[in-house]
Amino acid sequence: MSAFGAAGLAPAAAPPPGTAIARAPRERTSAWPLLDRLAYGMCWAVGVGLCLIALGIVLYMLVKGVAYLRPSLLVEHPAPSAVQSQSGGFLDPIEGTLIVSAIGIALAAPSGIALGTWLAEYRRPAWLARSVESAVEIIAGAPSVVLALFGLLIFDQGYLGFLSQTSAGGGVYGRSFLAAGAIMAVLALPLVVGATREALTRLPNQLREASHALGRTRATTIRRVLLPAIRSDMATGVTLGLGRIIGDTAIITILLGVSLTTEPVGSTPLIGALRGTGSTLTSYVYANSPAGEGSAPQKAYAAAFLLLLIVLALNGLVTWLSNRGRGGGERGRAFALLRFQWLAARPWR
Amino acid sequence: MPIRRSQRARGWASAATDRRVEQGLGALAVAVLVFIAAMLVTVFAKAWPSFSHNGLAWFGPGGDVDTQLRAMQEVKALPGHSLYYFHAWPLIWGTLLTTVSAVVIALVVSTLAAIFLTEFAPEPVRRTLDPVIRLLAGVPSVIYGLIGILVLVPYINEHVISEGRRESVHYVVQLNGADVMTATLILTIMILPIMVAISAAALAAVPASWREGSLALGVNRWRTIWRVSLHAARPAIVAATVLASARALGEAVMLAMVAGGRGFAPNLLDGVTALFEPVRPLAATIFQNSEGLEIAPLAHTIYAIAAVLLVSAAMLSLAGWTAKQRVRRYGIRV
Repeated sequence: MSAFGAAGLAPAAAPPPGTAIARAPRERTSAWPLLDRLAYGMCWAVGVGLCLIALGIVLYMLVKGVAYLRPSLLVEHPAPSAVQSQSGGFLDPIEGTLIVSAIGIALAAPSGIALGTWLAEYRRPAWLARSVESAVEIIAGAPSVVLALFGLLIFDQGYLGFLSQTSAGGGVYGRSFLAAGAIMAVLALPLVVGATREALTRLPNQLREASHALGRTRATTIRRVLLPAIRSDMATGVTLGLGRIIGDTAIITILLGVSLTTEPVGSTPLIGALRGTGSTLTSYVYANSPAGEGSAPQKAYAAAFLLLLIVLALNGLVTWLSNRGRGGGERGRAFALLRFQWLAARPWR
Repeated sequence: MPIRRSQRARGWASAATDRRVEQGLGALAVAVLVFIAAMLVTVFAKAWPSFSHNGLAWFGPGGDVDTQLRAMQEVKALPGHSLYYFHAWPLIWGTLLTTVSAVVIALVVSTLAAIFLTEFAPEPVRRTLDPVIRLLAGVPSVIYGLIGILVLVPYINEHVISEGRRESVHYVVQLNGADVMTATLILTIMILPIMVAISAAALAAVPASWREGSLALGVNRWRTIWRVSLHAARPAIVAATVLASARALGEAVMLAMVAGGRGFAPNLLDGVTALFEPVRPLAATIFQNSEGLEIAPLAHTIYAIAAVLLVSAAMLSLAGWTAKQRVRRYGIRV
């Protein structure tokens, strides 16, 4: 029996004679009491049900998206019209999504990584570390509408008028790409902090000890050894944050105004656009759904399909990054070794 | 070999740099605390007039919320009341109804799904289910809302609500398919992924020897999971539930689209009919009234709603964080 089994496997894996592993026959569910069998069936039903729901959403959006998405929609500006065929495309919302996510990530990535590093590597004094941890948790749980309202309170202060537009009477509008991007950064921050912190705490201590033994200071160790070793984890956190930013609607409708087209302020090309208002794909979908003002379900479906494609792509990216990160245990260590050699050859760095 | 000047200088500098890096990062950490404090203080300061005009009755029932909000929008006080008159009970009731029922359903479903994922799923099924759950977590809420309002709402309106039911409440409220049930269903799907992820991580981290001990005593696999693994993973499941409640509480866009958008408090004594009645939770109310923030009384009222949401979400997050710390002690990372 065992000889047959071993013959099927690679010869190198064959156990020495006399050490055949005895396995109990797989326990059969049919022998269980009825209640347990019912519960087992429910587990399967739930698992398959979740797959079906996800498949349903993706397929439904695919059918609607293929039916209504035209290449011309991607390059036309939205136009106010009651007729769906004349209400233009969503070039401006795509631009808006890009601008807002660029600002949000540009702010959230460095500060999130720095904060995660402090939480994992320094944590002095301890009470400060604990309260900062819970503060990050509060930010992660804060409803995005509330964050948006808080943003409005900050950005309509008189001295921040340069970030949005100032009306003739001296009132500050408080709504602009800069304002929305800044609050979006707050939304993405906990994800970046969490990913960085978890990855740093998982790194083996020998890395730090070896680097200190080479005479590196803490800051140098972090910058030259630890952060390079967790590069893919940081990228995962940033990508998750990006997904959160792209999917949020509440902050956009409250902090970016309701116009569907990009409305720059003043004549300076880039700064003007950033100070101005506009829309993103999410607010475009909302505005064109029956719940919004212009009811154009076909446009809403097309834009939502594009949004879903972006989310799927980001999901794939996260899977790819975390697969790379999983090999990272070994690879990260090998990489760190290379860095040590590089550092040892350059004592002045 | 003589030490180069620049080298020594940098050596000195690098110790100072080390200190400066720590101080800089620490300053950033303090900034996060300042941000939270500023958020609480400014939102409450802006909300204070609404609370002080209404007192504790702010949270109680009384009159029609929609009429009160419209009176503020039109700057025309209701007869016998000040412009700030606002009793939020229907909104709070709507929030409780959708959040609690979604979390309860999701608790059962996510526990079963987590058990399936860690114990029963064959390898290929597990490998499809993982990305599926991540996808469900990543779909923007506006897409859930769009599918809800264009597919589920019309379906329920045409096929599920009977004419008799519509007739029985037509003098109080119109039933049109955008209701508590639709909102709860979609909300359940939206909070499921986070609960499944945390519970599955905790179940997978239960020491194998505990389960093997139970199996060796002749207990079957299901009972082992039910009596051993699930009990060990209980703190994580509590944490998942609390965090998901915070998420459900803060959901605005989807609920604004499918919950009916009417400040109505369904009476549970009506039985099944209550499921088909519209509500408007707190977060959705903020979202739908964000246009009129130039009108002072309306702005104060909206910020008061935001303050209530902020405090409840913060409480839930802190409770979830505390529960997670307990899990962490067992070496489970969630």
